[in-house]
Amino acid sequence: MSSHYEAPIRRPLIVGDKSYHDITLEVAAPVEGKANKLWWTAFTIALIAFLWGLGAIIYTIGTGIGVWGLNKTVGWAWDITNFVWWVGIGHAGTLISAVLLLFRQKWRMGINRSAEAMTIFSVVQAGLFPVIHMGRVWNAHFVLPIPNQFGTLWTNFNSPLLWDVFAISTYLSVSLVFWWTGLLPDFAMLRDRAVRPFQKKIYSLLSFGWTGRAKDWQRFEEVSLVLAGLATPLVLSVHTIVSFDFATSVIPGWHTTIFPPYFVAGAVFSGFAMVNTLLIIMRKVSNLEAYITKQHIELMNIVIMITGSIVGCAYITELFIAWYSGVEYEQYAFLNRATGPYWWAYLLMMSCNVLSPQFMWFKKLRTSIMFSFFISIVVNIGMWFERFVIIVTSLHRDYLPSSWTMFSPTFVDIGIYVGTIGFFFVLFLLYARTFPVIAQAEVKSILKSSGEAYKRYRDAGGKNPAPTKVVKVSTTTEEVKDTAVQKNDLLGSLGVFDNSTQKADDLKLISGVGPKLEKTLNTIGIYSFDQVSKMTEKEYDLLDSLLESFKGRAKRDDWAGQAKNLKNNG
Amino acid sequence: MYTFSSKLKTFSYALMIVGILGVAYGFFTTPSSVEDVKIMLQESHDTHGATATHQNDTQANDIEATHDTAHSDDAHAEHAFHYLMNKPWSAVYVALFFFFMISLGTLAFYAIQHVSQAGWSIVLFRVMEGITAYLPIGGILLFVFFVLSSLHLNHLFVWMDPEVVAHDELIQNKAGYLNVPFFLIRAAIYIAGWIWYRQHSRKLTLAQDNATDLSNYTKLFKRSAAFLVFFLVTESMMSWDWIMSLDPHWFSTLFGWYLFASMIVSAITTIALVSIYLKGKGYLEFVNDSHMHDLAKFMFGFSIFWTYLWFSQFMLIWYADIPEEVTYFVTRFNDYKIPFLGMLVLNFVFPLLVLMNSDYKRVNWFIVSTGIIILIGHYIDIFVMIMPATVGDQWFFGITEIGAALLVLGIFIYVVFNAISKAPLLAKGNPFTKESEQYHY
Repeated sequence: MSSHYEAPIRRPLIVGDKSYHDITLEVAAPVEGKANKLWWTAFTIALIAFLWGLGAIIYTIGTGIGVWGLNKTVGWAWDITNFVWWVGIGHAGTLISAVLLLFRQKWRMGINRSAEAMTIFSVVQAGLFPVIHMGRVWNAHFVLPIPNQFGTLWTNFNSPLLWDVFAISTYLSVSLVFWWTGLLPDFAMLRDRAVRPFQKKIYSLLSFGWTGRAKDWQRFEEVSLVLAGLATPLVLSVHTIVSFDFATSVIPGWHTTIFPPYFVAGAVFSGFAMVNTLLIIMRKVSNLEAYITKQHIELMNIVIMITGSIVGCAYITELFIAWYSGVEYEQYAFLNRATGPYWWAYLLMMSCNVLSPQFMWFKKLRTSIMFSFFISIVVNIGMWFERFVIIVTSLHRDYLPSSWTMFSPTFVDIGIYVGTIGFFFVLFLLYARTFPVIAQAEVKSILKSSGEAYKRYRDAGGKNPAPTKVVKVSTTTEEVKDTAVQKNDLLGSLGVFDNSTQKADDLKLISGVGPKLEKTLNTIGIYSFDQVSKMTEKEYDLLDSLLESFKGRAKRDDWAGQAKNLKNNG
Repeated sequence: MYTFSSKLKTFSYALMIVGILGVAYGFFTTPSSVEDVKIMLQESHDTHGATATHQNDTQANDIEATHDTAHSDDAHAEHAFHYLMNKPWSAVYVALFFFFMISLGTLAFYAIQHVSQAGWSIVLFRVMEGITAYLPIGGILLFVFFVLSSLHLNHLFVWMDPEVVAHDELIQNKAGYLNVPFFLIRAAIYIAGWIWYRQHSRKLTLAQDNATDLSNYTKLFKRSAAFLVFFLVTESMMSWDWIMSLDPHWFSTLFGWYLFASMIVSAITTIALVSIYLKGKGYLEFVNDSHMHDLAKFMFGFSIFWTYLWFSQFMLIWYADIPEEVTYFVTRFNDYKIPFLGMLVLNFVFPLLVLMNSDYKRVNWFIVSTGIIILIGHYIDIFVMIMPATVGDQWFFGITEIGAALLVLGIFIYVVFNAISKAPLLAKGNPFTKESEQYHY
């Protein structure tokens, strides 16, 4: 078969006339450039929130769990709510990279890297809560079945809380490995482009000596497929096990068999909402709109709509069965949710989770970036309240009316939650500046089948395989004889170098420029990175006509981009 | 264009005739009165050592143990009589539901393929449409069955019996939902909705074959999305109505989705089996082993998904051990141990081991043999859902059950292959047809 064939009806996943090199440049740009003021502001805020949360955690551990708003009836509230919320958010990453891989969804390639990063960072946040909500954190290692001096005192494997330990730790480690193997070719790309020794060293270490041989790629693909096959049951089982924390109990409102798949659906729902939130910002600030297109946003919205409907179906099922069961406690649990003191939380959850995704049925709304962003936030709020409602409303009123009570959080509860959000963004912001946020190797693999220019070429009757350079921009450059005029033109746009005030840069640092070429550039009047970095199409052409033997090289090697980095980092 | 081979036609007739004989045998051998049952029970006590049978009796009649022995025996015979009366009806019901579920699952899968704009499965659409052709017939048969049940010709749905309801406060509380008119109206709505989408989608794809634009395709895309929403809701409700209400005291929120898992895996298996048959006869030249590989992957994946839901439901009820729920599994575990555990082997262990290997998923006889096992396994799954509620410990897998299965299988084969012979086997107007023809994995 012609491997690049794709039905014309499919929309392009890479917008614009991109080449392989363009992809490299645009993915590497945020890593190779310098952080701007916006990034530093966001990072500072996140860091402060994180430190505040850290303080709250230390205060809790130092003083005791009593500083939280928990009481004797409601023993789980914000801690486990946040835990389940963060785990749920983490699920979209694995879903995008594993499940969408199994279903051969090409659109995953633009978003999988960031979604996986989001998974890792949110599972880290989730992992905090099972530890810090313990009364005696320093005995936390007792959850592990390690031979010990207490006559091999062992853990009881019947508790879903212990299963949580295995589920979360396995999930984090497998996700990490999956993410990292996918990063190898991309780190290698950064390594090969790095100009400064320190960066070169770091990315050499991170990329594990990836050289991209055929055999490596073949194994890479196989490993990805196997890991995707393993991660899919893992992603289902992890949230299932989290749901078992509640469903195995005998608490009305908790003990229900639908929890396993319903929590998973909810996790996908909230996870995709979070991916949407993050990527809508990221595509803008990192200039990745060509790879994270409107179609990506639309497809994520559709997933949100589907999983939101499944969650809605589960809500109705729960309500119906509560009535159908004839169990008074069960019926009261749902009556209490709807009309009890936390009715507002229930209403919020219902409207955010059941109603808001239904807007996505309208094409106009789901293709609107602003609206998607808004809904994605709404869904995250709704899903937080879902966990809150399930946990708190089922606990605060159950079998014995004499133990009915209320719950309200303290500033420490809130502080820790805010702290995890801060921590998450600290990690994510650092990631966005140091990691290739788009899996360039994967995106390159779909360029010829799903790139806009290639699709246009085929639509116009072009035959497969499409030529490497699709759209020939025919520029008729006049043969200008006078080189002096050309020099002036070139320097006019690049700026004249003043020997007395400026210091000449070592142009040899630009890959592709040797000693001889440097001398030639100097004779033209180009001495600094600043000048080179200003080169565009026009200047490249001018330079080409001045140079005798190096035609086309400047553009091919992206001198301007390199120089920009050197200038910034110099 | 497929021509319905006369051999297969004769075969399907033969199945129907043998099936009818089997079912008729089942109805004729049903004891006609409680007295007969008493004699039967007495005989069975005499022939098979009394101790073994008696142990079962005491287990089944825990509650009645306090009554005096004579009354207990009478009550037991009465109970057994009802169960035995239900037996041929249940056998027919299991078979009717099983094949209807295959057809409905295929319809859901078909709609998903449209909505997800799958590029591989277009060449299998006509096979799927053939399988869903059973839906209208199966739906009507089921509906007739429900009408007969509501006319008290059988006691499958105990809540339909006013005398039972009169003494059962729990069922009385559910009467707002579990009452005959509402039940029949609901069933009519589900069946009509499903049949409507089936007929409509068939019309649209056939129209698309010779169309010059994509308007039929676009319409079908939208209708399929709407159908899936309808299906999500009605499938859950159907599972409560048609299966869960057989045990009117029991409830499980997961039940609808669990039934769906059983449905979809049987459906995909059937698609694979029918495709392999047609391919073997040389009718599907554009279907290659990559298409079969994909179907086998779905068989594998959904088998595991089914197990996941089975385990979730079982484990949660076992773990919490709340008496009102756990009875469901207690009766199944005590009286149906072999089918209950056996289906796990057939539905999970076997496909897991056989379909793990990527090469095997391209070998037709591997797919066929696993497929048959999976279908048997899911037949047993339905059997274990229905029988304990209707025939209790009086179950037996014999001529009646086999007869009912063969009868409906005969109808199924006849309807499906007859429908397949009615249209070209390639849906050529679909915008993804070329992708699907060139599909290679």
